[in-house]
Order: sequence, then structure tokens, then C-alpha cells
Amino acid sequence: MMDTGIATPAPAAVEIALPKPPSVARRMFGHPGLVIGLALLGLCVAMAVLAPLIAPYDPYTQNLDARLIPPVWLEKGSWAHPLGTDNLGRDYFSRTLYGARISLLIGLSVMLISGIIGTTLGLVAGYFGGRVDLVVNFIITARLAMPVVLVALAVVAMIGGSLLVVILTLGLLKWDRFAVVMRSATMQVRSLDYVAAAEAAGASRLRVLAGEILPNVFPHLIVVATVEAGSAILLEAALSFLGLGVQPPLPSWGLMIAEAKNFMFFSFWLIAIPGTALAALVLGINLVGDGLRDVFAPEGRA
Amino acid sequence: MSDLIEIDDIKRTFRVRRGMFTPAATLNAVAGVSLAVRKGEVLGIVGESGCGKSTLARMILGLLPTTSGAIRIGGRDIRQVPRRELARRMQPVFQDPYSSLNPRRRICDIVRLPLDVQGNGTRDERRAQAIAALDKVGLPARYADNFPSQLSGGQRQRVAIARALVTEPEIVVCDEPTSALDVSVQSQILNLLMDLRRDRGLTYVFISHNLAVVEHLATRVAVMYLGRVVELAPTAEIFASPKHPYTQALLASVLTPMPGLGIPDAGLGSQSPDPLNVPAGCPFHPRCPKAFDRCRTTVPHITTLGAATVACHLAENARPVQPAIA
Amino acid sequence: MSGTALTPRRKASLLEVKGLTVDIRTPSGPLQAVRDISFEVDRGETVCLVGESGCGKSITSLAIMGLLPRSATCRAERLAFDGIDLTTIDRHRRNDLRGNRMAMIFQEPMTALNPAWTIGEQLIEVHRRHIGKGDKVARARAVDLLAKVGIASPAERLGQYPHQLSGGLRQRVMIAMALMCEPELLVADEPTTALDVTIQAQILRLLADIRRDLGIALLLITHDLGVVARIADRVNVMYAGAIVESATAAELFAAPRHPYTQGLLACLPRPGVTMAGDRLGTIPGVVPSLVGGITGCAFRSRCGHAVPACAAPVPARTASPTHTFTCVHAHVGEREPA
Repeated sequence: MMDTGIATPAPAAVEIALPKPPSVARRMFGHPGLVIGLALLGLCVAMAVLAPLIAPYDPYTQNLDARLIPPVWLEKGSWAHPLGTDNLGRDYFSRTLYGARISLLIGLSVMLISGIIGTTLGLVAGYFGGRVDLVVNFIITARLAMPVVLVALAVVAMIGGSLLVVILTLGLLKWDRFAVVMRSATMQVRSLDYVAAAEAAGASRLRVLAGEILPNVFPHLIVVATVEAGSAILLEAALSFLGLGVQPPLPSWGLMIAEAKNFMFFSFWLIAIPGTALAALVLGINLVGDGLRDVFAPEGRA
Repeated sequence: MSDLIEIDDIKRTFRVRRGMFTPAATLNAVAGVSLAVRKGEVLGIVGESGCGKSTLARMILGLLPTTSGAIRIGGRDIRQVPRRELARRMQPVFQDPYSSLNPRRRICDIVRLPLDVQGNGTRDERRAQAIAALDKVGLPARYADNFPSQLSGGQRQRVAIARALVTEPEIVVCDEPTSALDVSVQSQILNLLMDLRRDRGLTYVFISHNLAVVEHLATRVAVMYLGRVVELAPTAEIFASPKHPYTQALLASVLTPMPGLGIPDAGLGSQSPDPLNVPAGCPFHPRCPKAFDRCRTTVPHITTLGAATVACHLAENARPVQPAIA
Repeated sequence: MSGTALTPRRKASLLEVKGLTVDIRTPSGPLQAVRDISFEVDRGETVCLVGESGCGKSITSLAIMGLLPRSATCRAERLAFDGIDLTTIDRHRRNDLRGNRMAMIFQEPMTALNPAWTIGEQLIEVHRRHIGKGDKVARARAVDLLAKVGIASPAERLGQYPHQLSGGLRQRVMIAMALMCEPELLVADEPTTALDVTIQAQILRLLADIRRDLGIALLLITHDLGVVARIADRVNVMYAGAIVESATAAELFAAPRHPYTQGLLACLPRPGVTMAGDRLGTIPGVVPSLVGGITGCAFRSRCGHAVPACAAPVPARTASPTHTFTCVHAHVGEREPA
């Protein structure tokens, strides 16, 4: 190890030719989509986390004297119930706040479960190729042949709907996009020289997968994760709307919309408020996903 | 002269799918190569696209299994040698400085990886060794915590060389290490490689399509065409008197920077070598200006002519057929 | 506004470039990719722009053809093709020139041809656009040109798709496509860099033959000094966006005057000149960043002969009527003839 130094002069005093790119934080705050998305998402997270502290009422308490009170900006509204009440007199503001918890819980847990399943399958298929790839492709194709909503309906019909059932069903079904995207991203990265260099250095397969491949397919993973989270939230809302997801009296936004459909024409806020909340949350998630991909892309590129 | 690596008649084929209704084609990337890499030499491997030199490099490194034939290092089949031990004896330097470094790792971590895999010493000791390796290739320590995207192509290639040397291997397999670099940077890297070889007694397998560079660096040269070694000789001999028609055409096509000489005409047809459709007999015969009947039907044996070994019927005619070990 | 100032045909150059500057917007600030360069290409002449990566040679060719990306702005004291001012020309007139009187071929044969169309369709399309004498005439010319560029069975090739051809063949097809309308100027951006050595020689022979037979002017952009030596009449050496030396090929290789050119030649391993195993010459350092502009000589950070005066604007010197260079020193380590 103690060598004579080599004769080539080190290019010591020379400036780096490439100008320093703006830092990650700068790039993040310079990206309008990302900032808006983070704001929306942050708002929903705040709602969910702080619900017990801010909610003026218990979301399950019914008050049949105070049914269908409009929100405060309409006539007949009052600050006692800033977002009005529903047909059972439950305060809508409180229900909306607690509804955020359910939506975020669903989004996060389905994203995690399906993400782990799909990413593992995709990484393995992309890295090993050959027969492993054929098997995984077959599994993916089999899964793609199944209509998610129908399977969810069937499961719920058999076991009955609940938050846990929805989470598990969606989590075990919605991994296909993860698998497909991770597989192709892994295949691209696999053929790069730094993976070969790591293998030539004697790294074990696990080390190569975790240390070389995974960090470089991460941007793709983030984008898919956000899309799937948004999609899971919307699916749960749809299932609950159909009566096959979360059961009343849980304040799931989808369920709130379902319960409000009879009162749509005269008490439109019953649908508009949870609908807006859903749209805002999913929009925020997607903007964050796109924004993160844009921000990390130049660094990921050579 | 001890042989560090023996390559014994290795072949490598790939199956190429061509759609649902066409049967898969066989790509003969390497079609029977036998070579030895001797201690302390620089074995240059030259050839054009489709000749199989990169596939050969990956097989030597143990990154790609052979379809048939064996590669032995120090007498042992490399399939028997544990990965870590192989990594201690042999390391690669690849062509593309932009894809040979993990963009998400810092320079120091990249160079430290082979040491981490070996698992010797503490993390700090390994980091110190990595920084020392960077210093040896001319990159000051302040680069250690940068990312590859902040370095130029030449600097990245230095990092790749530092990574290759950090386990103190005996053999470095260089796959076109300067082809993606500018001329002025290329000469720096070539000088570096020459100095390192002299200081550490390294053995190089140097793959390149740039004949001027190979002539400057290599002690022996193997010329490959469509998966076979068509000529193998010491550098001076192969450049002074090439025996195989392909080698002659290749050397004649090199454009040395001397004005007034015009553009050479090597007399080859406009056909390109296609490893999916290797011609019968001698793979070079469709383009060979000196082909005759036997070339179309029989694969030439390897013949020794002086210090060179050639796979050509013309050489066979000059001497009786005699199997030769490269 | 008429985009073409119809000047009487002087016996001037086919292509005049004077004071060309190209700025590119980047996230780190404006980058001066090409800094006030001037050169000319006469009819039937081969002029090479040679330099390493980042020197601005490719951008120059794109500026001439009007193919710059949107983030680039181009201005010139004079940029004219056959007397036609290319800076004030309108889009339609520009399209009339491109492919017709000035044609371009690119480096990557894999991506330069549209994979969704057959070779024949792509060749005929050019002819149809500019000459418009019907497809039969176009077809005949396409077959004729494919044969001229050395492609066997040209009539069958017309029906083939690009992916069915090898790299060398695709490059020949690109050359044929460029020649369909008998251009007067052919701009070639690294046309042989992606090709094998033996194919490279063939393609260059082809270009030289075409130039000789059809009298086409060739502006060849390359980093390969070997190519330059064998094919160029005149050479412009570029560094960091500026032309540092301009000479005939013979003069440049016999007696290069600019330290960068000298350094570049010293870097090459030359069989018969450099001894095997000797250290090659090097140019230490890296190209300076072009963001924010450069004053004085861009090469001074790497030049062994740099003096404080190099930070000021550098004078142009003349070594001969055809040999100019920009350097503070009049005579820098003149080498013996190669």
C-alpha cells in the first residue's frame, strides 16, 4: 500500500469545469407544482393529525335537532357548525377532519403493502432475468387479468366490509404498476457499468440490489407510489360509496358522499365538501410525486 | 513466463428472440478463443463491432458465464474461485465514465466499495485507503465527498481507476478506458495507466478499437473478428508485418494525422460483419481481398508463423498445420 | 419583409461566417457556447472545424443550418450562404434552402433516420419537397444515389427500414439523402465517429469522392485529427467557443502555432513518431466553464506559456496568408515538421 507516488501531476489547482448546480433545497422550492402539492398534502396531514385537537365536536355524535344546517357562508349558517351538519346532525367540519385520517391511512398503508410486494417482484424480475422474469411476468399478467373492483366486491361480499378488509384487499391487488415499472427500471439500471463494477468487486447480489440498483430506481418508485396512493384513496371512496368499503358511522369521505346523495339538490355542501377534500388530497399527492421526480431527476442523470 | 490467466477454447452464444413466429436466432459472440495472459504484460485486444471483445472481457472478469470452455486463473477454474478472492486479483475499468459510477453515491464511497465487500479493517481505515487511492490517481482529497455529476469525464475515469486499484489486484481488465474521453484527457489517463503499471507491476488486458493507443501501450496484441482471434503477436511484429488479411486491412484503415496521404482503401467490401449470420468457413472470407476456395468451406486452424499465431489458410499454406498454444 | 437580399454573385465564399456568437440559457446562467468566430467555406472546398467536447463546433454547425435549440440565441455580424443573409431570413425561405442547397448529416446513424418510414420514402420525401418533379423521377434518382454511395442492390433497399441496415449502411443512406437535391454545401457533424475503423475509411473516401465529382463544399466537424489530416483543405481549431487557429491542413500539421494545437498534437500516440511506452504529451487541467463568458484567452489556465497579458483580449496573428492564430506570443515552441 505504501507506494512511491506516481509521476503524473495532480490537476490540483484547476477549477471544476462544471458549474455547481443549484442545491436540492433550492430546486425544491423553485418548483411551483411541488410547493403547491406539499401545501395541499401538508394541509391534509395536519387535518388528520390535529383532528382530536381542532374538531369542535365528536364526529359520531348525532343531534337530530340540528340536522342539515348549511355552512357558515350560506344564509341560515352559523359559526357553531362552520361547515354545517349532515342529515343526522353530525358536525361536518369534525367529520371532514376525521375523514382525512381514514383517507391518509388507506393511501399510506395500501401504498406500503402494494409497494413492497410490487417492488420486490419488479426488482427480482429485472435483476435476474431469464426464468425468474418469465415467472414474474406470468404472475403480473395473471393479476392484470383480474378486475380489481370486482374482486374487491367479491371479497367484501364474502367477508364483509371494513377498513382492514379494504386495506388488505387493495394492498394485495394494486401492486401491478409497481412491479411493471420497477422491472423495467431495474432492467435499465442493471445493464449499466457501475452495477458490473460492483459485481466485479465481489458484492453479493443483495448488496448490489440494495446499494446500487434500488437507490437509482427510487425516482420511478416515488412517482408510482404517489399515483397508487391517490388511486387507492379514490378506490376506497368508490367502494365506500357503494357500501362495500368502510361501514358507517366511520367518517370516510367516500361514505359521506354516499350518505349525502339523497340530499344532493338541497344540501349540496354535503357532497361538495368531502368531494373537494378528496380532490385536493389526490391532486396534492400527484403534484408531490411529479415534483419530486423532477427535482431528483437531474441528480440521477449522469 | 508464468500465465496468470488461461483462456481455453471459450465460446459464448446468446439466443436472440425475433418475434413470435420467427425461431430464435443464435448470436455467436465468442466462437472459440484460446489465449493466455502472462504476468506483467499488456495484452491488447482489438477489433471492430461484433467481434466479441467486450463479451470476452466480461467472461474473463467472471461477470458472464461461458457457454463452453474454461477460464483458469492461477491454475484454478474461475467458477471455483469465490467471488471475493477473484475481486482481490482482478478488477475492471469500463469505457463510459458516465455510467461506470453510481450517481447516487459519493466518490469516496464508490472507491471504498470493493474494500467494504472484502470487509477488512474498520470503516475509517477503509475510507483512508480510498482517499489514498484517489490521491494516487491524481484526485485531491477534496473531491472525496462530491458526487459523480460534479466531476468531468476524465476525473470520473480516474475515480474508476482508483476503484479498480483499491484492492491491489494483479490484473486490471480495461474495456476501452479512454474511448469516451477527449484526446487531451485520454493522454493523461494513458500516462496514468502506464505509470501505475510500472509502479505496481500490474498486468493489463487492454481492449480498444484505437490502434494507435494499443500500439503505444500493449506488449502483445490479439486481433478479433466475429468471435475469433485471427492474429496474435507481439506488438512490434503485428504492426510491422501483419499476417492476417483482416489485420492488414485494419492497419491500413487507420488515419494517422499526417496530411497529404489521402484516405486509404483497404479493399474490403461494404458488407458489415454480422454476428447473427456468421459465414461458413472463414468468417472473414466475404470481405477478404485474398480469399480463395478453401476459405469458403473450412474454418482455418491456428498456425504459428514466427512470433505470431494466425488463423488463416494463407498462413497454413506457408507452413504445415500445427496446433499452437497462444 | 424580404428575407433574401439578392446580392450580385460575388466571387466570394459560399458560406461566410463573421462574428458568430451563440448564447445558451442554462439553469446556472447564460453560457457562451460560441464566441465571436469567423471563417469561410469556398465552393468545392473541404473545411474542418476541429476541437474537443464543449468547444462549440457542433453548435456552430447547428447555427449555420438554423437548427439551434430554443434555449439558444444566435447573432452574427455576417452569416451568409451564397450571399443570402441567414440571420434575417424568414422560415419558409430557410426551409427552401435546407435539404436543397445546404444539407446536413449527423453523427449517430442509429437515430438520424426515422425508424417508422422506409429508406425509399425518406429519400423521395426530400426530393418531392424541393424539386417536385414527381415520385418516379425521385425514385430513379434515389436508386442512382444509393448506387453511387456504394450500396449493393439499391432498388431493393428502397423498401427496407432503417433497422434492417447496419450502421455503415445507414450512414451511406444519410449521405445519399443529403445529396438528393444536389446541394452546394454539405455540413457533416462527426459523420464517422460512431463507425468502425474500416467503415470510417470507406465513408470518408466516399465523401472525398463526392466532393471531387460533384464539386460540393464540405464543412466537416470532428474531433479526430487523423480525419482532419487526410481530408481537409483548411482547418479551424476551436477551443472553448473560439477559433484559436486557422490554416491549411499542411501548415497546421507541419507548424502549429497556437499552444493548444501544439498540445493536442503532442497528446496523440503516433506510430513511428512516439516511442511505445513513452509518456504522451498532456494538456493539464480541464476546459473552463463557459457560463458567464470569458475574457482574454480561454486557454491560459492550461497553457505552459501563459503570462498576465493573456487576461486581456488576445491579438490575432498571421503566420502566412492562409495561417492565422490568436495568441499573445508571436512564436511559441515551434515544432519540427511531423
